[in-house]
Amino acid sequence: MKNVLKVFIAVCFLFSVTAMPAVAGNVVKLQKGEPVHLAYWFVTSGANTSLGMDTFRGVEIAIEDFGGKLKGHPIKLTGQDEMCGPEGGQAAASKIASDPTVIASIGSNCSSAAKPGVPILWKMGIPNVSPSNTAPFLTDPASGPDFDGYLRTCHNDKVQGAVAAEFAFTKLGLKKAATIHDGSVYAEQLQQVFADTFTKLGGTITSQEAVSPGDTDMRPVLTKIASGKPEFIYLPMFIAESGHVTRQCKEVAGLEKVALMSADGSFSPDFLKAAGKAVIGMYHSSPDFSALGDSYGKFLEKHKAKYGISPEAPFHAHAYDAAMLILNAIDKVAVVSGDTLEIDREALVKAMYATKGMKGLTGTITCDEHGDCADPKIAVYKTSEADLKAGLMPTVPFWKKY
Amino acid sequence: MFQKWKDRVTVTDIVMWMIGGTLLLLCLWGSVSTIRAGLYTKSHWIDFLIFGLAQGSIYALIATGYTMVYGVLKMINFAHGEVFMSGPFTGYFVATAMWRSDFLDNHPIMAIVAIFAVAMFVSTMVAFLVEKIAYRPLRGAPRLIPLITAIGASFFLQYLFKGLYGSGVNAYPDIEILNGFWMIFGIRVLKIQVIVIIAAIVLMLVLYNFIMLTRVGKAIRAVSEDKEAAALMGINVDAMISTTFIIGGMAAGAAGVLYALMFKQVHFFMGFLPGLKAFTAAVLGGIGNIPGAMLGGIFLGLIESVAPALFLDGLGIIAPYQLKDAIAFTMLVMVLIFRPTGILGERLASKKA
Repeated sequence: MKNVLKVFIAVCFLFSVTAMPAVAGNVVKLQKGEPVHLAYWFVTSGANTSLGMDTFRGVEIAIEDFGGKLKGHPIKLTGQDEMCGPEGGQAAASKIASDPTVIASIGSNCSSAAKPGVPILWKMGIPNVSPSNTAPFLTDPASGPDFDGYLRTCHNDKVQGAVAAEFAFTKLGLKKAATIHDGSVYAEQLQQVFADTFTKLGGTITSQEAVSPGDTDMRPVLTKIASGKPEFIYLPMFIAESGHVTRQCKEVAGLEKVALMSADGSFSPDFLKAAGKAVIGMYHSSPDFSALGDSYGKFLEKHKAKYGISPEAPFHAHAYDAAMLILNAIDKVAVVSGDTLEIDREALVKAMYATKGMKGLTGTITCDEHGDCADPKIAVYKTSEADLKAGLMPTVPFWKKY
Repeated sequence: MFQKWKDRVTVTDIVMWMIGGTLLLLCLWGSVSTIRAGLYTKSHWIDFLIFGLAQGSIYALIATGYTMVYGVLKMINFAHGEVFMSGPFTGYFVATAMWRSDFLDNHPIMAIVAIFAVAMFVSTMVAFLVEKIAYRPLRGAPRLIPLITAIGASFFLQYLFKGLYGSGVNAYPDIEILNGFWMIFGIRVLKIQVIVIIAAIVLMLVLYNFIMLTRVGKAIRAVSEDKEAAALMGINVDAMISTTFIIGGMAAGAAGVLYALMFKQVHFFMGFLPGLKAFTAAVLGGIGNIPGAMLGGIFLGLIESVAPALFLDGLGIIAPYQLKDAIAFTMLVMVLIFRPTGILGERLASKKA
């Protein structure tokens, strides 16, 4: 038994030693013709596939727009499925981290996948930009050195949650609200921001409930919510769970007239399928695409021509910007010496954090010292019967603050 | 007398009883303080009960499949959750096709019957083929081997259906006649839940009577008691095992459609959690025992719906519904502490253990 322990300690020590140089000597050398390797980790299976595919398409178009080549080297994109959860995030990040040719990564989609995944990537010195992790924790100064190589081009939910609370309190004039989350980092933190802002504005939170991912029977928890008699329910979860809550809400006694609001995590045509007719009149907070400039219009045309469909989720433009941010930074720090291209990942991270005033699709991208790069414009949308018939989420904001 | 009792009881037993007793006390304390707080009215409690009953009757239908297969083969058919998924997932395509052609709105009853027929057929075929291809060649192998094979079959079926039908979430169309609610004895009950509860009870009665009253049912019971003796009596054991899988598959297919009509969403992974819960229900009721599985399913559904509000609210735990599954499995542990063979499992204990 003792021997086993000794061997185990020795193996652990060996691993810690072998893992260290990767962070110290963090230069990737590319021979002639070797590709610049970027990795993505998005949701590519399950209920939130639309979110993953949407961001993936944004990245592909960005690489195409960049020219497909970086200082004469082709750009290679490979990917993993993060499955919108901590286990998937850990597995995807480990796979990316085990590949020494990866220069930078883009992902994840879900904050709960980023939480365990990002430190794994950063241990190997791989910088990461997320197009859709909105949970405040990830760029919080308290998140620690594990997240020093992490940036994001989407909004921080400190913004989104506050917009939702202001909308409910000032625009709709409702004073009593309840929230439901699914235990994921994203939903839990977002509803907390909402609840804090709503209380600060003078409203009352009747209850903050939670379900588990994969739950289908929401009627009991809704009955519990109904006992507090709220006028407004905030359910910032993903497609499947939000869909169940939306569908079952009107069936519970006492909640027939309550206003429902979800967030960007379920802002997808798939949500219309999941929630059915109950979606009519429901609110969503999501990035405001009507405020974006001409470059976004051109992007949409390219998207339509390349894939034959319009974007399916709200983060394609952020993914485009994330890929552009990385490519521009690599372009800045890559050194050509003879036939080889040398990329110092440490310098790359610095260059990424130093991004200032980059003209992106989603606005002007300027990164702060914690990795928040977005230029957040959050609007509130209301789904109508016509939207449901067309099978598309509304494109014209119902309300915006700015 | 006391000496005898002292010899029989081990330290483990005492520790287990103490854990059980503590949990029971906590539940009681939670219930009393919840009821005294008066947060919920009588109609809330009735709602909780009906929601639990509807969910539980679906668990019960799936659980019968687990328990029957355990009865004849002494193995847990972990692919049963996927048998449950295959029917309604295929039925979805029938439902949307009929919805697009307006058949669903014009002849809703016929359309629902068609969905049931297709789904039950697919689930039955899947169950039958899984037995034929994956389990039959392993007849006579040690018990662990078919168990691992069942897990393999479960994964195979999940990813087969993912490949066939895609990995996204699909939702059944709204069927007008199933929307809304009825007033029964002054209680507001959702139509769909009444239908689910009644359909499940009818199906379970049919199934139970089939096993108890028909010749085939008698033969299945004979096989589950003693395969060799049954074979000597001229019973075709393999055919009876196939029949068991077919009946289990039909029940799972029907449960799947009821589930899909109640919750609408279908996807390739939808069988996992209900499968796990139904397995729990089968163990809770006493595995191998059909009325036990039915009772276990309904008990589990009720616990999931009522317990978070009743037990945990009073203890001051916030967001108790997140712990729904934890409570369900704690209940399983508690039942097994006090009755290791499950609620109705005692009679069979000596033969099956």
